[in-house]
Amino acid sequence: MLNIFSEAWQALLNFFGPLALVLVVGLVVALTYVQINALFLVWLERKVAGHIQLRIGPKEVGPFGVLQTIVDGVKLLSKELITPRPASWLLFVLSPILVFMPVLVPFVVLPFGENLQIRDLNVGLMLIFAFAGLNVLAILMGGWASNNKYALLGAVRSVAQNVAYEIPLLLSAMSVVIMANSLSLRAIVEAQQGLWFVFVQPVAAVLYLVGATAETNRAPFDIPEAESELVAGFHTEYSGMRFGLFFLAEYTNMFIVASVATTLFFGGWRGPIADGPWWFLAKVYLLIFGVIWVRWTFPRLRFDQLMNLAWKYLIPIALVNLLATALILKLVR
Amino acid sequence: MSPAIAQYIRPEVVAYAAFGFTLVLVFGGALLAVLPKNIIHNVFGLATSLVGVAGLFIFLGSEFLAMMEILIYIGAICIAIVFAIMLSQPMHLQIPKRYRPKLIFSFVVATSLFISFHGIVTRTEWEPALVRGGDWEVARLGRLLLTRYELLFELVSLVLLVAIMGSIITAAALGGDKNPTGDEET
Repeated sequence: MLNIFSEAWQALLNFFGPLALVLVVGLVVALTYVQINALFLVWLERKVAGHIQLRIGPKEVGPFGVLQTIVDGVKLLSKELITPRPASWLLFVLSPILVFMPVLVPFVVLPFGENLQIRDLNVGLMLIFAFAGLNVLAILMGGWASNNKYALLGAVRSVAQNVAYEIPLLLSAMSVVIMANSLSLRAIVEAQQGLWFVFVQPVAAVLYLVGATAETNRAPFDIPEAESELVAGFHTEYSGMRFGLFFLAEYTNMFIVASVATTLFFGGWRGPIADGPWWFLAKVYLLIFGVIWVRWTFPRLRFDQLMNLAWKYLIPIALVNLLATALILKLVR
Repeated sequence: MSPAIAQYIRPEVVAYAAFGFTLVLVFGGALLAVLPKNIIHNVFGLATSLVGVAGLFIFLGSEFLAMMEILIYIGAICIAIVFAIMLSQPMHLQIPKRYRPKLIFSFVVATSLFISFHGIVTRTEWEPALVRGGDWEVARLGRLLLTRYELLFELVSLVLLVAIMGSIITAAALGGDKNPTGDEET
């Protein structure tokens, strides 16, 4: 039996060469990291929310309540998976899977450190944005398949919001790309050797962070799942681990957009001293802390305000910023 | 035992298996996009088919085009289609009948398109992807679009402009009528 596995592994090695080890280790680490990151972020979110609202937050399970999320996760795992009878069964079951799968793909190209990257594709940034777009289709699928008016309304809102905010997000990323002259995330970090792009492209950085908050469906842009209006939005009908997958995907998405922001604007793994993945992670979690802070500070936007903000302000500003960047680069180079 | 497994995981076998899977995605998705009567299922079938097309681009050596296929055709076009369906009459609740003349007409159009594409594909002398070179990076594509294929590039933008103007005119023409679909106001 063991022989078969070693033979298969040998064949895989022959096929992929030394890349096989990188692929397998990378996949395992990414899968594990997604879970740990979600556990930590849920705890952080509840703690930060608690302190902002003059409460303490979770404190009973483990020191400072750090194990609370694990207990909640076990509870979710043991819950029944309910499928509503009028729901479209196949799409209903597929949706949480399709929401979760694309969030694993960006880990292939995220540059945690100078040599800590699974693969450096020359279309790395496009890969992340392309798979972020799949997320919306999956949310739409779940919202529609639930056959519930709140779920459908949440899904439709999610699409309108994501379509609107993806444009400034891409345009602001593009102004960095034409400065770095590459779509590869590693090359973008290398281009920031002297000066982080946040100081050269402050407008793009702000636009990116606003767009990223909207892309992850977080307050003040959380109208797809606005609790006080839509029960739970697109995932109203989901229970147990199916709901858990939506949750995991949301927190992983937060990590991904923060990592892309770190790579594009904050110098990636570079720091004042001792470059390395610790700088990357520190910046990412600082950004996420900011995003959480924003969520518990600002009220939700109304739907028309949200659309006006994207189409009348963010997109024109992003376009002007991109054109100005291109013009200045043309004159300087 | 040992030679058997090594025989199955040969590079060309893996490549053929991956290619076969891509083809299944393309054709299975295309069938799903046409056959089911529920229009939402059709759109998801179309999305599946387009994922397969992105896979074909990877086989042809252009990762950039594959990513753009996913970003634009699934991330934008499919979502726009679903959005339009959801904002119009609830067609997904009452499945419309299929009329035979319409079916025959679309079959004729699809068949003639297939025949003409088939003619073009068989009569062109294609270079194999390996011979042609795998350098289909962004910079090269951009250069080609602005030099050799400039006219096509401009034509595409013209088509998009016309489409935008058409949608504005349609919206403006229907703007006066508060209830264009004619169903009951809720």
